[in-house]
Amino acid sequence: MNQKENFLKGFIKENPLFVSVLGTCPSLAITTSVENAIGMGIAVLFVLVLSNWIISMLMVNEKMREWIKPVRIPVFIVVIATLVTVVEMVMHAYLVSLYESLGVFIPLIVVNCIILGRAEAFASTNKPVSAIVDGAGMALGYTFALLLISLVRELLGSGTLTIWGDLSLNLRFLFDFLRITPIDMFTKPVGAFLTFGFILAVITALSNAKQAKLKKAVK
Amino acid sequence: MAELITLAFAAFITENVILSQFLGICPFLGVSKKRSSAMGMGFAVLFVTLLSSIVTWSMYRFVLVALELQYLRTIVFILVIAALVQMVELVIKKISPALYKALGIYLPLITTNCAVLGVALLNIDKNHNFGQMLVYSTFIALGFMFVMYIFSMMREKMEFSPIPNAFKGIPIALVVAAILAMIFARFGGIV
Repeated sequence: MNQKENFLKGFIKENPLFVSVLGTCPSLAITTSVENAIGMGIAVLFVLVLSNWIISMLMVNEKMREWIKPVRIPVFIVVIATLVTVVEMVMHAYLVSLYESLGVFIPLIVVNCIILGRAEAFASTNKPVSAIVDGAGMALGYTFALLLISLVRELLGSGTLTIWGDLSLNLRFLFDFLRITPIDMFTKPVGAFLTFGFILAVITALSNAKQAKLKKAVK
Repeated sequence: MAELITLAFAAFITENVILSQFLGICPFLGVSKKRSSAMGMGFAVLFVTLLSSIVTWSMYRFVLVALELQYLRTIVFILVIAALVQMVELVIKKISPALYKALGIYLPLITTNCAVLGVALLNIDKNHNFGQMLVYSTFIALGFMFVMYIFSMMREKMEFSPIPNAFKGIPIALVVAAILAMIFARFGGIV
């Protein structure tokens, strides 16, 4: 597998949220605005790339690997928790409003299964460079998934798209044109479950259709 | 007292961990296919949440604050929880093999259950005192168990329902969860 495939697999083929269904908690909780999704994506990108890099550096040496193997999970967790603390402090210092709207879900990146999962499944058995590429691909794939959910929820729920800080699109005129009001439900927990459920159903339907086509081609 | 009852009710229904705070979604979707396993997970979460909340809360109040190391809370909490889960597993194995048989396989999964770490962090963020912390953690965990119980029964029934192919498995589970969330949110008017 070359680096390009390694990078791109996180987007569609092995998308952590839509295919492996990992890291579901933040994807439901913080996708009320596009800004939150971008912020969460950047935080996960930072933690995942660095944790993959550090862990593959630790495990690349035969002797070190033998030594760490029995206690690898605690070691991984300490590495990840340290990086998350860094993210938390930086966000608190420079991006206060984002820090407040993401709330408890910033420290909870520690228990996001995607990060520990990639450490265990990929970084601990691969070279540092491919581990970084894998981490970046997976994190961006996750961000892409979060963006998709938050686009639907924010557009239908409040009729706006907040991209970053003051930069936001007001699309209420579309609702006025159709003589309807934004559906408040989509900003609530109900909307989170519904949106995620329907997006997953569409993805399952698409992959089912693709498989049926492949089967036909084989016959 | 009235304040504690309000806190308990909010933690149990209106601020339900799964349906309104979105913590512990992985076990909610993963181990809710059978009622027995859902209840096993529920009990394991109750046990570990209560224990880890007491330990992390005391640790924060008496050690981290005294040493002015509050920024280390994420690292300390996750390590405490991981160590605690290991210890609980060993103790249960020794003392009660029957209980170990019932909870054993769920315990290792709990370390990465965001509900446990989430409750530990929320107790600190909400500035709870010892009594509030106990009530809040207990009722959050009971709320988790309650929703797991209802949801697992619905999923058992759904096994025999005609569901479109695309919705089979997790998508329909999420749609059902949405309906449950709607019902739970309606209780908000009571508090």
